Amino acid sequence: MNKNTEKKLWIGLAILIVLTPLGLLAEGTAFGEWGPEELLKEVGYVPTGVEQGGNLWHSMFPDYTVAGFEGSFLHSSIGYILSAVIGIALIYIITIGLGKIIAKREEETRNENS
Amino acid sequence: MHIPDGYLGPITWIALWIVMIPLWIIASRKLKKDLKTKNVPLLAMGAAFSFVIMMFNVPIFGGSTGHAVGGTLIAIVLGPWAALIAVSVALIIQALFFGDGGITAIAANCFNMGVVLPFVGYYIYRLISVNADINSSRHWIGAGIGSYIGLNVAAIFTGFEFGIQTILYPAVNGKFQYFMYPLNVSVPAMAFEHLLVFGFVEAIVTLMVVRYLQQTDPSLLGLSARTTSTERIPAGVSV
Repeated sequence: MNKNTEKKLWIGLAILIVLTPLGLLAEGTAFGEWGPEELLKEVGYVPTGVEQGGNLWHSMFPDYTVAGFEGSFLHSSIGYILSAVIGIALIYIITIGLGKIIAKREEETRNENS
Repeated sequence: MHIPDGYLGPITWIALWIVMIPLWIIASRKLKKDLKTKNVPLLAMGAAFSFVIMMFNVPIFGGSTGHAVGGTLIAIVLGPWAALIAVSVALIIQALFFGDGGITAIAANCFNMGVVLPFVGYYIYRLISVNADINSSRHWIGAGIGSYIGLNVAAIFTGFEFGIQTILYPAVNGKFQYFMYPLNVSVPAMAFEHLLVFGFVEAIVTLMVVRYLQQTDPSLLGLSARTTSTERIPAGVSV
């Protein structure tokens, strides 16, 4: 990948981050991802496994919300964009770290040959 | 397609961890051999792309939503094993930090979206684009068709994993413990919404990026083809 492409791909990612609030416009829940209230309404009860599962883990930014940025579309949009930035930063750092460990040997062989 | 905690019973989610752990190890070994250090940022960007594209929820009839995954695109550029790693990283971060997909279901979600999706998508792309010139339209057409089918097969696998819960854990006093709709509901539901809407979203995103890469930096499209070809370039030879 040349530097120019890398720059353009970053710009592309940045544009996607800014546009993420469009994803908030979709109302409803994906099939099989319903919360307890929706299950109560649709199925008539909350399966015990689902109820226990829902209490298993409490994420820092549930459903890509950031505390303090809720309510209005503008506020939740800011929260959503912040979530995108936080998520991408974490993923980028972790993948670079993983890549450094995984791709290490290739680097060594190259050094040996040079 | 992000299965939450509590929708799959332990038989299913533990089985999928047992499937995924060796696949993650194999993927790491494959990358150790094939991933060039200079392509690590590209892998990280691929994972970031998959994460952000999944935030674009698309509405559909009946009040449901869905999204693209981008796994086939990563596979086309860096190979399916790299896509497995990239999508897995995105899904693990989504589960841990954003509550999107369950913790117990991490392996199930990585299997559906990180294994089934990119491998199916990639090999269909390869089938269509094999021996095609780098500027050939077969690349972006193959990318579109491959990514469409990859997402749909992944959705059907997810529907299957949901539906078998009613068999593995039958209702007691009329109440199911885990997922509550049978296979003849869950599979068609997952299939139809992906066949009709989300598959096309995935296909359009994938073919647009592949078309763009063809025009701006076609060398990127050769990366995965090179590393999976039978005639391997000896390690240490810079290409």
